[in-house]
Amino acid sequence: MGRAYSTIAFDPAKCDGCGDCMTACAQAKTGTDDIARSRIQIYGRDGAADKTFELALCRQCADPKCVTVCPAGALDKDGTSGVIGWDASKCVDCLLCTVGCAYAGIALDEGTGHVAKCDTCDGNPACVPACPKGALKHITTANIYNEVGDWEDLFAPGLAGCQGCNTELLMRHTLRRVGPDTVLATPPGCVPGMGSVGFNGTTGTKVPVFHPLLTNTAAMLAGIKRQYKRVGRDVQALAIAGDGGASDVGFQSLSGAAERGEQMLFMVVDNEGYMNTGMQRSSCTPYGAWTSTTPVGEATRGKTQDAKNLPLIMVNHRCAYVATASTAYMEDLYDKLDKAIAASKTGFAYLHVYSPCTTGWRFPSNLNMEVARKAVETNFVMLWEYTPQAGLHFTKPVDDPLPVTDYLKAMGRFRHLSPEQVEHIQKKVVENQKFVERMTEHAHVG
Amino acid sequence: MDRAIEHTKYLIAGSSHAALEAINAIRMHDAEGPITVVTRDSYLPYSPTVLPYVVSGKSAPARIFLRDDDFFARNKVSYRPESGLKALHADRNSVELADGSSVVYEKLLLATGASPAIPPIPGIDTVSYHVLRTLDDALKLRGAIAESKQAVVLGAGLVGMHAAENLVKAGASVTIVEMSDQLTSGYFDKVAADMIEQAFRDAGAKIMTGSRVVRLEPSAAGAKLTLENGTTLEADLLLVATGVKPNMGYLNGSGVEHAQGILVDDRMQTTAANVWAAGDCAQARGFFTGTKVMNAILPDATIQGRVAGMAMAGDPGLKDYAGGVPLNTYHFFGRHAISVGSSTVPEGGEMVTRFDEKTGRYLKAIFAPDGCLTGIFGVNEFFDGGVMAQLILRRIDLTPLRERFVANPLAVGREIMSQTWR
Ligand SMILES: Cc1cc2nc3c(=O)[nH]c(=O)nc-3n(C[C@H](O)[C@H](O)[C@H](O)COP(=O)(O)OP(=O)(O)OC[C@H]3O[C@@H](n4cnc5c(N)ncnc54)[C@H](O)[C@@H]3O)c2cc1C
Ligand code: SF4
Repeated sequence: MGRAYSTIAFDPAKCDGCGDCMTACAQAKTGTDDIARSRIQIYGRDGAADKTFELALCRQCADPKCVTVCPAGALDKDGTSGVIGWDASKCVDCLLCTVGCAYAGIALDEGTGHVAKCDTCDGNPACVPACPKGALKHITTANIYNEVGDWEDLFAPGLAGCQGCNTELLMRHTLRRVGPDTVLATPPGCVPGMGSVGFNGTTGTKVPVFHPLLTNTAAMLAGIKRQYKRVGRDVQALAIAGDGGASDVGFQSLSGAAERGEQMLFMVVDNEGYMNTGMQRSSCTPYGAWTSTTPVGEATRGKTQDAKNLPLIMVNHRCAYVATASTAYMEDLYDKLDKAIAASKTGFAYLHVYSPCTTGWRFPSNLNMEVARKAVETNFVMLWEYTPQAGLHFTKPVDDPLPVTDYLKAMGRFRHLSPEQVEHIQKKVVENQKFVERMTEHAHVG
Repeated sequence: MDRAIEHTKYLIAGSSHAALEAINAIRMHDAEGPITVVTRDSYLPYSPTVLPYVVSGKSAPARIFLRDDDFFARNKVSYRPESGLKALHADRNSVELADGSSVVYEKLLLATGASPAIPPIPGIDTVSYHVLRTLDDALKLRGAIAESKQAVVLGAGLVGMHAAENLVKAGASVTIVEMSDQLTSGYFDKVAADMIEQAFRDAGAKIMTGSRVVRLEPSAAGAKLTLENGTTLEADLLLVATGVKPNMGYLNGSGVEHAQGILVDDRMQTTAANVWAAGDCAQARGFFTGTKVMNAILPDATIQGRVAGMAMAGDPGLKDYAGGVPLNTYHFFGRHAISVGSSTVPEGGEMVTRFDEKTGRYLKAIFAPDGCLTGIFGVNEFFDGGVMAQLILRRIDLTPLRERFVANPLAVGREIMSQTWR
């Protein structure tokens, strides 16, 4: 299995051209404040009419041209870190590498007369923390791939999901992490719809899987877990349910299992409706959204009630662990999976994953991650975790949220919204944020 | 079947840039198919471009190799040095090698590069002279430079100029003899060439442009040169650097069409089935002319090698070769010059130059009538050759940015490429 690498990402929309990254780099790499010698260069700081900022920085290409054109063997891509390293003792200063690179990732440092390039400061780039706007990020998600890539995929190949749906990703990663000693419950919804329960007498997973009713998932799983315990086998009880199955008719058994502290991990894949049966509304469907049962016409303009906040309700069960997560933030998700698995050994762990639905929400199938990310960046959803000991805290706080319209306009289900409806939603976002913030302040009592 | 004849899927002749890049491209798509590399050289792969630095002593010969034995083992490549191609039988998919053995291939890449072109000066076989193309050449020249008091370099291309600088720095008195009326013609214009010439004169070199050698004969010092105007020069070291010619002697009778080089299409395929060619030995489409040209530079050898490798492996990601763009960087006495693209101003196009006496910064940019950059040249003015080449290849209209671009090609070029990346 190959390796994936970390990378420095630049968001030009957040950059204000202050140049702090360049100063940090120059200091780290040359011991001077001469930003001309920084290996990260921000452009458009003077002269550009439209005040957007651009970047020249080594991309640490997978297939680097600078390396292929170097006549001296002075450049080499490190197979472990992915960083393209420069060996001063071999370099002959011919500058051919600067001819190879299309992005000026390697360039002449007039201070030394040699070429210079970013080496990611051994995986700890000085420029990233120096950026006051968060325009630079060190993306280390590749570590997940490197770590779990070789683990066994416990879902069958070729699941029948909608194009662009992230639930397959979620199922495969979750089962990989949870491992083979698992009993899985998947009540009616997209997850069995995709084939997890299988066809023609074979399951869609390589672990035992069963298909409870919408109403009794948590109860059945609790019984199975107890039986295994009774016979002395340590299995992981895992449910992957939709928001309909969890927040509507399934809620009674879910609440009961949480209240009794049943030892299981209950994951909710929240796509904000009954999507596999034709996109009916659920109690998690947000205000204003079109669904087939909250239609848009002369009389109605989408859903008229606000969504129920199921994860906060679960906090009020004082579960061993409660968290919200998003597939746009996989490291955060993995972190929470680890904690949820650990918590489920002694009590009830609840993980609520926001899962944009390409088909039901009506957005192009290549934009799932983008929509998921926008939900977080606008504070439409918030990523946090809770334990009775530490209380509730944000794991991806968004202090400077984008306007909620950035999220709403990314999909068709909100296309009809009137300005008043948008205003309602924006107000709700602020109210929800304040509400959760207050909980972070006061819930530390334990 | 004759058991002595080796069979291979991919046979690659040559072991330099074009060949190495083809191996990479093949292995991206075909992890297993047997690859055999036959090369005339006796060493592991190295670049001719690094040799001036071997001559100067900057590069240790043992550290210039671009690949090691382990690379070939890991990539399942059988590497056969000292086994140059002697004859190609394209009709039978087989080659004869210098050691008399034969290899049968499914696909063949000719990446045999070029050798110094020796001008037909009367008496040239009666004197001993140096050339610079192989590591052995470089080691010989390195030894000779240490001894030389009085050297003559024939030809003021980049190879000759590099060697001349080395000789000057080693303390020899050096004369550069060049037929055309400026140095580095074909790479740099007269203004840039004059700056280069001045730097050499300041360092004590003698420069004789517009001079043709008509006779060479042995002398007590080593060689005596007679110029067209009757002047004579004595040399204890003579370096012939008057250009290169592709290595393609093995083509005789093979039916593979060739002109100045081996003619190839936009996928580097020759006129023969199962035979490709890339690098300094190939004559491929020029970006500006559309006709087939020689573009004997390292970056183009790698691009062509990659196209050929992908084509040979049947990689569906292959895109046609965009055409060769001339690209040169040149360091001289601590200064640098760079040239990208064509120096011809297209009809209806425009040339912009600026020169700063104080800093010695010189820039010349050429634009086509549609606003696209076609060439850019600088001395002491740093801009990114790779960025400029992309602006040319992608035919980006620079009209709205022209003024800013000419004032600061480095920043504006980087800005544009950053935008295209997102
Ligand atoms: C001194 C010097 C300086 C240079 N400086 C620059 C520079 O600054 N920038 C630049 O862009 N370019 C420069 N070049 C040119 C550059 O080195 C070449 O364009 C490049 O090496 C071409 O690569 P290639 O793979 O096509 O061929 P080559 O590098 O010429 O390699 C040819 C290979 O084929 C082998 N071979 C030859 N004949 C046979 C045969 N019959 N059978 C089997 N194998 C054979 C050789 O042993 C060698 O391995 C320079 C060249 C020289 C000599
Ligand atoms: S400047 Fe140095 S690193 Fe760049 S191509 Fe030349 S030898 Fe290689």
